[in-house]
Amino acid sequence: MADYISLFVKSIFVDNMIFAYFLGMCSYLAVSKNVKTANGLGVAVIFVLLVTLPINYLLNEYLLKPGALAWLGEKYASIDLSFLSFIVFIAVIAAIVQIVEMVVEKFAPALYSQLGIFLPLIAVNCAILGGSLFMQERDFVNVGEAATYALGSGFGWWLAIVALAAIREKLSYSHVPAPLKGLGITFITVGLMGIAFMTFMGIQL
Amino acid sequence: MKDINLKETLLNPIFKGNPISVLVLGICSSLAVTVQLKGACVMALSVTIVTALSSLVVSLLRNTIPNRIRIIVQLVVVAMMVILVDQVLKAFAYPVSKTLSVYIGLIITNCIVMGRIEAFALGNKPLPSLLDGLGNGFGYGLILIVVAFFRELLGSGTLFGFRIIPESFYDLGYMNNGLMILPPMALILLGCIIWIQRAVQKDLQEK
Repeated sequence: MADYISLFVKSIFVDNMIFAYFLGMCSYLAVSKNVKTANGLGVAVIFVLLVTLPINYLLNEYLLKPGALAWLGEKYASIDLSFLSFIVFIAVIAAIVQIVEMVVEKFAPALYSQLGIFLPLIAVNCAILGGSLFMQERDFVNVGEAATYALGSGFGWWLAIVALAAIREKLSYSHVPAPLKGLGITFITVGLMGIAFMTFMGIQL
Repeated sequence: MKDINLKETLLNPIFKGNPISVLVLGICSSLAVTVQLKGACVMALSVTIVTALSSLVVSLLRNTIPNRIRIIVQLVVVAMMVILVDQVLKAFAYPVSKTLSVYIGLIITNCIVMGRIEAFALGNKPLPSLLDGLGNGFGYGLILIVVAFFRELLGSGTLFGFRIIPESFYDLGYMNNGLMILPPMALILLGCIIWIQRAVQKDLQEK
């Protein structure tokens, strides 16, 4: 249990998707103009990560990893399909996003109207594919760990986008030099937030 | 079909319509690889190749791709190119491929590639699409290399791993700026690049 909590906290603060790895930056900068939409996108990211990462973990474990096909029999044990992982992961993500969109539209119209426009965007959000690729690199021992990692990093992403949106709402009232307005000051703000997040770096749980 | 100025297509994205500093595309993978110039150069090259080739392929296929499933088709084309680049890097430049780790894979979801395919390659002939892809790749690479240049020079005192700032400076009390190696500095440097660019090109300023 302690392992899971440690992994969860670490993936939120220490390995934050935005501040440590710059993943999902495009939509992070584009959709952080106000807190409400930022919150919608953040929740959608948590949700999609939580669904796709365990699926990709199972695929990696039983299909793609060197020797993963051993359950089919002796002669499949030496097959290494890991070069296919990019295409399999992105196909799974695109398909899941499509399915999630349809299911949410059918059964939770209220949620759909909130997330609606963001869901299709998420298929090409680097944070989602990045989560799967980091999972592959880290060799988690079971699905539980992969899901914990997904929840933690999604939560970290949500935290980052909501915080930036709140700052940007205030920024619009301040006097910024003209060439720095908009994009420039946003980059510098994210940089400063990143430095603040670096203080979590040495934490051991 | 209206005539497209080929030279303009190639050169415009490098400065005036730079994909990173003007269109804000492809920030995701660009910043994490800029600690060292070498990684940045390899990354710039890979992105240029992927953008150019997948623009070309999608443009060749543009009349046969059904509109409804175009995103999936594009993703498959891009993923194929990225797998090729990744395998080549693993075979011929293993250490670099190790340092770039997941960021090569993340070229698939790099907004520049998808953005150019959606905005340009789907509606244009193969040659302009190839040039547009090349131009955007160069524009992206330029920013990457500038950021990496400053980060490596000020952060470690080296360029491409060779010592640039002489030892005697260190004896006089010069110190490397450790902050430059940390990820947030890439963002701040990029903010400064945008600042300079917008101070020169006044029409880009936001109101």
